[in-house]
Amino acid sequence: MIERISGSFTLEGYWDLFQLVSNSVIAAGVLGLMGGMIGVFIMLRRTALVVHGIAEISFAGAALALLAGLDVVAGSAVGAVAAAALIGVLSLRDKDVGAVTGVLMPFGLGLGILFLSLYQGRSANKFGLLTGQIIGVDDIQTRTLVTGAVLISAVLVVIWRPLMFASVDPQLARARGVGVNALSIGFMVLLGAAVAMSVQIIGALLVLALLVVPAAASLRVTVHPMSAVLLSMAFSLISAVGGIMLAITGTIPISPYITTISFLIYLICLVVGRGRRRRRRSQAEQSAQSPYTSKV
Amino acid sequence: MAAESPAAARSVLSLRNAGVGFHGRSLWSGLDLDLSPGEFLAVLGPNGAGKSTLLKVLLGLQRLDSGSAEIAGRPARRGSSRVGYIPQQADMPAETPLRARDVVALGLDGHRYGIRMHRRRMRRRVDELLEKVGASDYADEPVGLLSGGEQQRLRAAQALASEPTVLLCDEPLHSLDLHHQQGVTRLIREQAESGTAVVFVTHEINPVVEHVDRVLYLAPGGHRIGTTEAVMRSEVLSELYGAPIDVIEHRGRLVVMSQHFEGHHCAPGHRAEEPLAPEDPRVGVGPHVHDDDHQSHGEHGRSA
Repeated sequence: MIERISGSFTLEGYWDLFQLVSNSVIAAGVLGLMGGMIGVFIMLRRTALVVHGIAEISFAGAALALLAGLDVVAGSAVGAVAAAALIGVLSLRDKDVGAVTGVLMPFGLGLGILFLSLYQGRSANKFGLLTGQIIGVDDIQTRTLVTGAVLISAVLVVIWRPLMFASVDPQLARARGVGVNALSIGFMVLLGAAVAMSVQIIGALLVLALLVVPAAASLRVTVHPMSAVLLSMAFSLISAVGGIMLAITGTIPISPYITTISFLIYLICLVVGRGRRRRRRSQAEQSAQSPYTSKV
Repeated sequence: MAAESPAAARSVLSLRNAGVGFHGRSLWSGLDLDLSPGEFLAVLGPNGAGKSTLLKVLLGLQRLDSGSAEIAGRPARRGSSRVGYIPQQADMPAETPLRARDVVALGLDGHRYGIRMHRRRMRRRVDELLEKVGASDYADEPVGLLSGGEQQRLRAAQALASEPTVLLCDEPLHSLDLHHQQGVTRLIREQAESGTAVVFVTHEINPVVEHVDRVLYLAPGGHRIGTTEAVMRSEVLSELYGAPIDVIEHRGRLVVMSQHFEGHHCAPGHRAEEPLAPEDPRVGVGPHVHDDDHQSHGEHGRSA
C-alpha cells in the first residue's frame, strides 16, 4: 500500500501532465472559490447535512441518466436541484431540515444504487460519479462549470445582506420585509446547483470537503464577515487546486487529496481559533467591571 | 371615521374595530385603540390571548379578520420603516460571523439587495446607534460571544435604526437579568420620551410599571384598555377571566393572584424554578385559566 502510494509519485514530466489537466484545475479553482463563498451560508444556516443529502440524490439523478442513455452531467444537475428544492419546500413548515434530509437521503442513494445495478455498461463509470474525476474535463464542460460558478457567486453577492439577515435573525428579517421563505427556497436551489457542479470534480461522496469544511475552518479563526468569506474561499481554492496538483502525480483518485488538505486546514484553524478564543475570554474577564459584561 | 376626535387625529397607531381569529375562533375582536406620539402602552394577558398576534398585525405579517390597523395614517404593512421591532431575546450561535456592529448594520440595510453603498456613512450611523444603546464597548466583539442582555441592546439599536414612529417590543426583557432589564427598559423609555409610541408586550408589568401610560389587557373573555390603575384591578380582571382574580399592590409592585394557581402568581418579578408552559404565564399578570388554546396557532414567533 505504502509502496503503491510513494511509488506513484513521479515528478518527471509533471508540467506536461499539468497541462493535460489544466481544464480541471481551472474548473476546480472556480468551484473552490464558489464553494467557499456559499459554504459560509451553509454553516450559518446549519445545512451541512443537506449538502450531503443533495449530493447523494444528485448521484441518483446521474445514475438514472446513465441508465436512460442521457447526459450524466445533466442528470446529476437535475437530481441535485430537484432534491434541494424539495428539501427546501418540505422544511419550510417545521424548520427541521436535518430530519427531512435524513428521510430523503437514503432513498436517493438507494435509487442510485438500483439504477447502477440495472446499468449494463462499463463499470468504470460507476465510480466516477461517487469519487470524482479530473481527466477528460473538456473545454465545453469547463466553460459550463465556470459560467455556472460565476452565476451562482453573482447571485450570492446580490442577495448577500437579506440572506445573512434571514439566516441569523429570521424573525426580525421577516418583520423588516425580507422574504424569508422565498430566500430559503432560493438558497436551496443555489445550493443544489453548486452541489451538482462540485459533484463533477470531486464526486458525490466528498462534496462536503469543498462546500463545508473550508467555511467551517474559516469560522474558527475569524468573525469578521468579509474575512470569513475570503478565508473560506482561499481554503477551498487551496484544497481543490492543491488536491489536483498532487493527484496527477500518481494513480490515486483526486478525492483523498482534496479531503486531506481541507481537513488539515480545518485542524490548523481549530488550534489557532482555540488559542484566540481563550485570549479573548481572558481579555474580557480582565476588562469586565461587572459580572454582566461577559457570559463566558 | 366621520367624526374623528383630536386624539385620533394625531394618532400614530390606530386600530378600528379590529379582530382576528384562527380556525373560526375569535382571538380578540372589536379592538379600538389610538396611540399618540410618545405614549407607552403595555400589552398584558395570558398565553394564547393574542398578544404576539397583535404585534404581527401591526407588523403587517398577519391580516385582520375585521376592522383596520393603521400606522402613521397608513395601513399597517410589512417592512415599514415607520415601525421598529424588538423581538424576544434569542441567543445567536457562537460562530456567527458577525460583530456587534454588523448586526446593527443589518437592522439598517439588511433588507436591501445588492452591494452595500456609502460604507463610510453607514459606519457613522452604526457608531451613533451603538453609542445610543450603550454598546460601543463591544462594537467589534463577535455577537455570538455577547450575553443575552448585550445582544438585546443590539436588537434595540436595530429597531431604532430607521427612527420609527412606533416601536413594537415583544417580551424584550424575557430571560434578561435585572441589570439588563433595567438597561433595556431605560432605552425604550428614552425612545418614548423622544416621541416614539411604544407597544410593549409583556408577561410582567412590574419592570416597566412606572413608565406605562396605558395598559391593554387581552384575555380570553375580552379586552380592556385604560390606565394601569383602571385596568389592573380585581373587578376588571375577574370580569375578563370570568373567575375570581385578586390584584394586590405590594411595595409598589402589582401582584395578580388567581385561586387556581396562587403559588405561581404571588411573586412577580421572580422566576419560578420549574418549567411550565414554553411561554409560561407564571409571573405578574395572567392567572392560568382558559389558557393554551391558541398556543399552536402562530403565537410567539412561529409563522402563521
